[in-house]
Amino acid sequence: MKNNKRYWKGIEELQNDPELVKRADREFSELLPIKDNGKGDSRRDFLKLMGFGISAATLAACEAPIRKAIPYIVKPVDVDPTIPNYYASTYIDGGDYCSIVVKTREGRPIKINGNDFSQVTYGGTNAQVQASVLSLYDKQRLEGPVAKGKAVSWDDLDQTISQQLRGAGGRIAVVSYTVLSPSTQAAIGEFTSAYAGAKHVMYDPQPADGILAANKSMFGKAVLPSYDFSKADVIVSFGADFLGTWISPITYAKQYSKTRKVSKDKKTMSRHYQFESNLSLTGANADYRAGIRASQEGLVLGQLYNLISAKTGGSNANFSKIATVPHLNKAAGDLLSARGKSLVVSGSNDPAVQMLVNQINQLLGNYGQTLDMDRPSYFRRGSSTAMENLIKDMQAGRVGAVIFYNCNPAYDFFAGNQLQDAMSKVKVKISTADKIDETTLLADYIAPDHHYLESWNDASPRQGSFSLAQPAIMPIFDTRQAQSTLLTWAGSPETDYYDYLSGRWRQSLFSSQSVEKDFDRFWDKALYDGALENTGVSLLETASGEIAYANTNVPVDATSLAGTINSAYKADNVGVELVLYQKIGIGSGRQANNPWLQEMPDPITKACWDNYLTIPQSMGNEMDIETKEGFTGMVNLTINGQTHKLPVVVQPGQAPGTVGLALGYGRTKAGKVADKLGVNAYPMVGKVNGNFAFFNASDVKVENADESYKIAQTQTHETYMGRESIIQDTVLAEYKEDPKAGRFEFKVETYEGKEDPEDVSLWHGHKYPNHHWTMAIDLTSCIGCSACTVSCQVENNVAVVGKAEVVNRREMHWLRIDRYYSSDAAEDLDAMEIASANPEVTFQPMLCQHCNNAPCETVCPVLATTHSTEGLNQMTYNRCIGTRYCANNCPYKVRRFNWFKYHDNEQFADVNVAMNTDLGKMVLNPDVTVRARGVMEKCSFCIQRIQLGKLEAKKQGRRPDDDDVNTACAEACPTDAILFGDRNNPDSAISKLLNDEQEGRAYHVLQELRVMPNVYYLTKIRNKDQEETNA
Amino acid sequence: MFKKRPDFRNLLHLTIRPLLTGLFLLSLIFTAFAQTDTTATAAQGGTDAAGGAATDGAATDGATPAAGAAGIPTSDEAIAAGATVFNANCTVCHAINSQVVGPALKGVTERRPLPWLLKFIHNSQDVVKSGDSYAVNLFNKFNKTVMPPFTSLSEDQIKSVLGYIQSESNKAAAPAQAAAGDGTATDGQQAGGGGAAVGGISSQYFTIILVGLIIVLVLILLVLILIISVMSRFLNQRTDLDEEDRESINRTTNYRKIVTSTPFIGIIIFIFLSIAVKVGLDGLYSIGVQQGYMPKQPIAYSHELHAGKYEIPCQYCHTGVMKSKSANIPSANICMNCHQQIKTESPEIQKIYAAIDFNPETQTYGNNKKPIQWVRVHNLPDLVYFNHAQHVKVGGLECQTCHGPIQEMPVVYQYSKLTMGWCINCHRETQVNAKGNAYYDKLLELHEASNPNEPMTVASIGGLECSKCHY
Repeated sequence: MKNNKRYWKGIEELQNDPELVKRADREFSELLPIKDNGKGDSRRDFLKLMGFGISAATLAACEAPIRKAIPYIVKPVDVDPTIPNYYASTYIDGGDYCSIVVKTREGRPIKINGNDFSQVTYGGTNAQVQASVLSLYDKQRLEGPVAKGKAVSWDDLDQTISQQLRGAGGRIAVVSYTVLSPSTQAAIGEFTSAYAGAKHVMYDPQPADGILAANKSMFGKAVLPSYDFSKADVIVSFGADFLGTWISPITYAKQYSKTRKVSKDKKTMSRHYQFESNLSLTGANADYRAGIRASQEGLVLGQLYNLISAKTGGSNANFSKIATVPHLNKAAGDLLSARGKSLVVSGSNDPAVQMLVNQINQLLGNYGQTLDMDRPSYFRRGSSTAMENLIKDMQAGRVGAVIFYNCNPAYDFFAGNQLQDAMSKVKVKISTADKIDETTLLADYIAPDHHYLESWNDASPRQGSFSLAQPAIMPIFDTRQAQSTLLTWAGSPETDYYDYLSGRWRQSLFSSQSVEKDFDRFWDKALYDGALENTGVSLLETASGEIAYANTNVPVDATSLAGTINSAYKADNVGVELVLYQKIGIGSGRQANNPWLQEMPDPITKACWDNYLTIPQSMGNEMDIETKEGFTGMVNLTINGQTHKLPVVVQPGQAPGTVGLALGYGRTKAGKVADKLGVNAYPMVGKVNGNFAFFNASDVKVENADESYKIAQTQTHETYMGRESIIQDTVLAEYKEDPKAGRFEFKVETYEGKEDPEDVSLWHGHKYPNHHWTMAIDLTSCIGCSACTVSCQVENNVAVVGKAEVVNRREMHWLRIDRYYSSDAAEDLDAMEIASANPEVTFQPMLCQHCNNAPCETVCPVLATTHSTEGLNQMTYNRCIGTRYCANNCPYKVRRFNWFKYHDNEQFADVNVAMNTDLGKMVLNPDVTVRARGVMEKCSFCIQRIQLGKLEAKKQGRRPDDDDVNTACAEACPTDAILFGDRNNPDSAISKLLNDEQEGRAYHVLQELRVMPNVYYLTKIRNKDQEETNA
Repeated sequence: MFKKRPDFRNLLHLTIRPLLTGLFLLSLIFTAFAQTDTTATAAQGGTDAAGGAATDGAATDGATPAAGAAGIPTSDEAIAAGATVFNANCTVCHAINSQVVGPALKGVTERRPLPWLLKFIHNSQDVVKSGDSYAVNLFNKFNKTVMPPFTSLSEDQIKSVLGYIQSESNKAAAPAQAAAGDGTATDGQQAGGGGAAVGGISSQYFTIILVGLIIVLVLILLVLILIISVMSRFLNQRTDLDEEDRESINRTTNYRKIVTSTPFIGIIIFIFLSIAVKVGLDGLYSIGVQQGYMPKQPIAYSHELHAGKYEIPCQYCHTGVMKSKSANIPSANICMNCHQQIKTESPEIQKIYAAIDFNPETQTYGNNKKPIQWVRVHNLPDLVYFNHAQHVKVGGLECQTCHGPIQEMPVVYQYSKLTMGWCINCHRETQVNAKGNAYYDKLLELHEASNPNEPMTVASIGGLECSKCHY
């Protein structure tokens, strides 16, 4: 039964691509990089270099360089060199929000962790938040104010702009993304009220116009509800990637994971249905998933509405007939049996669709349970309609001055390509962006804002919830907080934003509470905690005013809704449609210049550094696209009359008739890392009912361009040769009966009968008298979001190698996330196409397993990798001579080799910015060596943190506990899938978990090799019914 | 009849010459032994002579280990007082039974005469500079490590310390029997003397026997040479010898041939190359080792004055030493705690004022601050992680253990080698400061259960593992 399931990691593997098979048994796909500069060094050059090298080394060794030690002149009281300080703060990037704790060393922020005190993000982070610390040290940031291309002083700029604004004539507009900060909102308010006719326009690159308009029509409030996935037993999502990119994915991932945890005592989990076109991260985690055309989403939801309303007494409506979508009836049945404990969400931007979703949730009685309209959230408040109107006004010459507050509509607004023309009609153009981007390029004056890690701010992600942002570093450049800038230009008596902010908090939040009598104490506590919850104070709602969120009025009754939807959604399955999505790492493209995010492989396609068209296998076959290991084809995508040549990725799970393309690429002015990477998909957006939709179904053509393309995909690297003990999964129904369901238990035949592999060993084993560091990874909880990958990269100074080197399979990530598709065994070509139409997906974080019988240790000729008395497989860089025997002998393929010197190397300066400029180097973790060329590296279980945690405990004369030591990956995980601790400590969470699961879900990958890893995996459990496992 | 002649000649050639050579070699070896031994005695004798007649008694007493040196107190109070002084001043560098920074002190009262010891402890460098051969040898043997002068100690105090050492040495005499084999515990003199004492034959007898043997050997050599010449003469008188026989009798050594022979040249080249490689390797090992590095600092700050004379605790300025990786070079505001008032006129203090922009007349600070760029003395490579808090707070080590007699350094120099071998060695020898620290309770328990007789060293709880320092 189970054995006919087959796991595969890419089309190449499923098809048994000869190139892949040939390479599969090689650890290193390429031979030594003899010609790395293209000039072709000869042996003679080598000898010359050798000769010079030796003499140079001898000379250099004679006189050690003089190193300076420069102490503080006046040491700040709470800064001790080499002791990190932590500051609670808030990551705000438009409407994206995360409550964070910033780790600083010697005054430099070097790492971002989640803030456990927050009731909004619950201590979780994602890849973008983790990587944002590097954007602070971006060399492309502006070093001071600029007026018409020339550097000026702030005084001069203020004077000029005040004059210009007064003489602008016509309206003044302040354009921004969603403003989450009440105080910023107020500062903008002061500015707009200081100038007659000034207006504040908010838009979002990933708008929620649909939800806002539907809620305005239905509840009279244009707000987002606060979703609570943790209360939902049944979750049905239509194209909403709520675990990856939709609205507030960290919040939802935390809530979602709570319902999905199973243990000895809790054998229940929520059931998740996903109906979508592209295989999203959320879809990959769904229990049941069906591919639908985005252009039929309204109709599918209509079907669901009718199924629900038939049982709940709602009115039926006549939606256009479409073929029955798999699992939809089942979803309706589950929803009906979980009334008040279910949640239906949609990623659509169409108010009519969102109204339908609201109606379904209303019928199911979910309001007040899983959706909270009384405590709404503010993550999306922008209006695309308002922004479109502003552009129209600008084109008509009705706008005299425009200020772009940290936003980039010329790039990331759907109609942004009209902005260039519109801007030429505006007299005064000002931007507060901290670096030159597509919009700033069109502005005359730039008043650069601080980076968020240099700023004071507050945020209200949800009604009643507040958090403070505080600077973690002195401003690096001559920048000024944009709020201060606006207050200055408004002629406000209070121009210092810190005073303004604390003044407002004193007035509102302090006066509305009674716990603290003294404001300073109240303020200090809020600052220390970073988050202030359940205040009952609402500061944002009133400010948004009367904004139109959609171009049409949204009918509330089902019949008129059906009419609106039938007119806009096509029932026929004709033609190709383009579905736009955001990638987990790149998102809307605001952080596109961050190499950590570019190098992070997309969780689904496992491709990095690229924007590509995902197409279904059937389309690939039709067009005769050849995808080989490392190579793919190019297609011509014609849309809106424009043709773009794009690489393709044949994506299992892509709905037939749809192709997917990511937003956030094709930047022209982002910086060295992101410029000219992929194409800009924002202009390709379509419209439904006069509103922007994330798909375009009109006149899209995809043709084979008959070109081969090298794509940097990491997935088919390091294959396991089809061994079976890697992913072990089961369904909930079976797990309930047998906690060991799905386990592949390998037994060794001995003369004494069958035995566990661990009991049959040539080795004597190790004794761990002190600590025994162990990790457990719950595959059921892991959603594949890759926050851990980036967190590890930040913590351990892992080099970025760039696209060319990833193509050569030389990426350096210590922790990768393997993504396995599984489907029933497909032997012939036809069956294969069915298999890859909609496979199950399992994510498996893979890192050094710290084997007790480590194969790498036995083959190292110089003892550079050894075993510690605490269960760690230690890697000593300074002893390594780079034979790479260890990597060859590692069954998990987790050892990474430094093929180049990635630091201080011109060749990698553009991609590995954290190790190549003085500014970038400020982000490096001073406790971790930057590795040199020619040495092997791998996960160390964050040994620097272990050592530090132990030292703290020793200093206090006690044993360390779970709070003292944690790895960077476990810390970053938004779903608590990774657990790390001391197995020798009976009170540690890991001991308790493994005691429970040892005879249950816990298994070792490749147990049959008897390498006895210290990393345990817990079986993946899907909430499926038993009878369907074979379907 | 003549057939036997070749046998006779063969006898001559086959037995006597090799015998001669063998004897010669033997005598060489004995001489070599005798020489090493005589160096020991000669060194003693030499210094004895230098020490004058008064010390002769002590020198001869050296042969009888149980006897105490004259003038060294043996009372319990004196020994207890000596222990206090010893622990306060000497333990940084010395132990009774093991070599730490300086030599093991077991039996020092027997090795050296009292006046010499007093002089040496008071100011060792004076003795070294006076050309005292024992002191110079000792100084060289310990990598020219300067033993700081203890001028503050009175003669009685030093004597009580010596009393303590003597009593400890005697206590250790029994276990020393077992420990004698490990050879760690001496400054080079004790091995010969101590070893001989243990063997039951005093070194003087040993010398006499050796000399006797050599004389016997030389006599045998002479006899053999005589026999050869007599026999050669006898044979030469015979007329019935053919040319070949004659040649073999009158064989003469051709030195030229030996010198130009391939094996000889080969051996010479081999020896030369070996020496060259050894010197080269030694040179390579010293690359990057900056022991003794004493750079000129921007401000002539004297630890001798602050830490030595005024006894300001190290932590007053090096604030991080108990809590962080780095001990911290003090920031200028710490200097100002005192120097706002003290020595305001000194040009060196003026440099601090310039850095912190302080006007001593108006007692006000300005904003034109410039950091002081000290030159780093102790430079560990980036690949090694060293944490002060671990060693000072947890390990309870004295600063001087690694930094040497910092309180006597007018200019700081790198006292220790700071090589990995140096670190490892200390981890092997140092007992974990586990008492009263609950972190180590379980480890200590386990250690005592499995290995009750040996101290729990850093190495025994994983202190030699790579990733304790490299990550």
